[in-house]
Amino acid sequence: MTDTESEPAQPPAVALTGITKRFPGVVANSDVHLTVRAGEVHALCGENGAGKSTLMKILYGMQAPDEGTIEVGGEPVRFRSPAEAIKAGIGMVHQHFMLADNLTVLENVVLGAEGLHGIGRRAKARIRELAGATGLDVDPDTLVERLGVADRQRVEILKVLYRGARIVILDEPTAVLVPQEVDELFETLRSMRADGYTFLFISHKLDEVRTIADTVTVIRRGTTVGTVDPRTVSSRQLAEMMVGSELPSPEHRHTPIGDDEVLRVEGLTLRTQDDRTLLDSLDLVIRSGEVLGIAGVEGNGQTELVETIMGMRRAAEGRVLLAGKDLTKAGTLARREAGIGYIPEDRTRHGLLLTQPLWANRILGHQTRRPTARGAMLDIAGARRDTERIVEEFDVRTPGIEVAAASLSGGNQQKLVVGRELSGDPVLLIASHPTRGVDVGAQAAIWDQIRSARARGLAVLLVSADLDELIGLSDSILVMLRGRFVADADPTTVTPEDLGSAMTGAGSDRVDHIEEGETR
Amino acid sequence: MTAKLRSTLLAPTLAIAFSALLCALALLASGANPADALGVMIGHVGKGQVAVDIVNSTAIYMLAALAAAIGFQMNLLNIGIEGQYRIGALVAAIVGSALVLPPVLHWLVILVVASLAGALWALLPAILKVTRGVHEVLSTIMMNAIAFGLAAYLIRRDMFGILVGNNVSTEPIPDSGRVPGIDLGDRGTVFGLVFLAVVVAAVYGIVMKRTRFGFELKASGESPTAAAAGGVNAKKMVVVSLLVSGAVAGLVGMPEILGRDHAYTLNFAAGYGFAGIGIALLGRNHPVGIAFGSLLWAFLEKSKVALDNVGVPREIATIMQGSIVLSVVVAYEIVKRMDLAAEQRRVGRALGTAKPAEQVGGDGK
Repeated sequence: MTDTESEPAQPPAVALTGITKRFPGVVANSDVHLTVRAGEVHALCGENGAGKSTLMKILYGMQAPDEGTIEVGGEPVRFRSPAEAIKAGIGMVHQHFMLADNLTVLENVVLGAEGLHGIGRRAKARIRELAGATGLDVDPDTLVERLGVADRQRVEILKVLYRGARIVILDEPTAVLVPQEVDELFETLRSMRADGYTFLFISHKLDEVRTIADTVTVIRRGTTVGTVDPRTVSSRQLAEMMVGSELPSPEHRHTPIGDDEVLRVEGLTLRTQDDRTLLDSLDLVIRSGEVLGIAGVEGNGQTELVETIMGMRRAAEGRVLLAGKDLTKAGTLARREAGIGYIPEDRTRHGLLLTQPLWANRILGHQTRRPTARGAMLDIAGARRDTERIVEEFDVRTPGIEVAAASLSGGNQQKLVVGRELSGDPVLLIASHPTRGVDVGAQAAIWDQIRSARARGLAVLLVSADLDELIGLSDSILVMLRGRFVADADPTTVTPEDLGSAMTGAGSDRVDHIEEGETR
Repeated sequence: MTAKLRSTLLAPTLAIAFSALLCALALLASGANPADALGVMIGHVGKGQVAVDIVNSTAIYMLAALAAAIGFQMNLLNIGIEGQYRIGALVAAIVGSALVLPPVLHWLVILVVASLAGALWALLPAILKVTRGVHEVLSTIMMNAIAFGLAAYLIRRDMFGILVGNNVSTEPIPDSGRVPGIDLGDRGTVFGLVFLAVVVAAVYGIVMKRTRFGFELKASGESPTAAAAGGVNAKKMVVVSLLVSGAVAGLVGMPEILGRDHAYTLNFAAGYGFAGIGIALLGRNHPVGIAFGSLLWAFLEKSKVALDNVGVPREIATIMQGSIVLSVVVAYEIVKRMDLAAEQRRVGRALGTAKPAEQVGGDGK
């Protein structure tokens, strides 16, 4: 890492001083100070809900601060819209890509910025020039729908550069990438940094932050708690700054695995309507008290595997047995009634009824069972009581059970889902990315709940993109690639790097394109 | 809870006020005095049989709106209520006239037949939707057209029709099949089946709130994906809710046929189905909301004739009906978002955390 210390005389690229933003009843940011030197990668770390996004929205002109000043390149500014921020050279790459799949790279980049270089040859030349200078190599004429996740991200970065940004805000850019792609992204960022670009890198993946950032600012409960040099602090220290307390680690703790087979999957095959194979004759067995981890780049069949076991998709071939009982033909409800709990990968789409109160969400998936139902009637009093229990036991932070699920933070929503799925004495828990997008505190709580359920004899199928989580929780790990199990790993010995290369087919061809789009 | 009630009432109140304003402007633009027009409409209620007509119409609108609401609960747009109630009425009139049964049993059989016929008319769209993915709006609109054609054919005199005076109708239903009303003399007769609408609304309210079926219906409507993950069989719900919607729609014609006409005639009223869709929107699928919406609708419908007497075009009432529905949809969406944002702030405040307020706007789809 070369030292690119700027001269002391040069004003900081961005200086936020005393920023306070109040929403009625809530202070989202209070007295935030953030100074980003020109030509550095500055990481902004904090739990979900700490106020990172609000701060970036203020900087990007989407919201106006109540107090405080913003300076860009030494000049005080007041942005009333993102357009003004862009004009001042600030660009933002959002976590969720905002690309039109049915347009080409060129069209996506010029969309809304047609005034700069037209939409034809000049624009294409400019994109090529930018791509060449920054190493963000994508063919301008490719349709975006053909691109993998990493390439889409390049297009997003190109979009802001094309509009003249010199200061780029990256919101959780690595969330969607595999380790190898993360390395490529970081290579690009380093070379662009050498060319004088400045990056504001939002993340809560601390190892990555330490790899790429020159400076780290930690934000907690809406205010900045400190700015540190990542070379002098450990990830653990950073995490403790973020949560403000000692935090538990997902260290592996062995509990004995039972003898009885809970889940047996034999020759499970799933095909699309046009006869492409999504799952290719998969076999697996989980015993009571065992956690089986599934590793893989997203889009290699993990979602399909989970949904097929849950009965949300119909297998073409193969059998699913729960404690010896054949569930292959059973519907989702029957499978749940037989004792499968299911933490879906996307809690807002598959786990919750967002506008319904918490107790109504407790009923979902349990609408035929006690304590939430009696025969065809709902037992609303029972549902309320049991929701109170979940709130208590799983530490769901909420003022009550009448509030809509949407008003909880992500971590608390997830704790509610976990609590619900562990209700009614399941024998098998299918946990898809159980701690995705939740803060460190909730993550530890969820891990503890899964561990203690395992100790009571629960079998767990764990799908996760967080390799530390997989290694820390699993008793054995299967690696999935293109709908097949291609490797197994012993979590006591395997490293995230090993898993990473197994997930990409040991570095052969690119795999991030596979089945993408087909899974939706 | 009071806050909740307030926000529930806020949207329709805003919408009605806004649409009244629109109508007032329309009236002013056409040179009439809005206050006079309203006065004439309200005054008209006291005349002759108008008040009773309004009550009777309210019941009919309620049935149609409840039929629509059942579909709306899971985002199914049953546009076919129009055809379903026509077929229900026709089949019930034909079957009812052919049966000989003791009084109460006779009505019940006719009602069941009407429901079954309405449900049957919704069956094909349901099957098309779950097997072939045909959108229910298209198929139910086509079924409406078929219903009109089929009804016109079945009432021909070489089929089931007979000539009564100048009118063609089915054989009259015998006395045992006629539902007595409440005779108010000069004021008219309140249909006995007004109470059917009240019962259907009450059952609907309980089913939605208290039963597994209602829960699954609402869950499918709010989030099909979450419902599927929660074990709700989406295809089954589509079929069942369309059939139930059709069954309730089949009853729409019954108050008039069993209470007044005693036969299906060429003059059989059209348009209740479409009105029901608007009223269900206005009442936000809530049984009490639907009852009030129906009352408002019936009032506008029945007293608009009085407008001609003061030289105001009666179409102004139609404008009002349309603008109420349009503005209630908009107002409800706005109030819903405000509520959610307020609740998120309240949760944030209660927990004392700096909850990121950007999620407030970000999550609202």
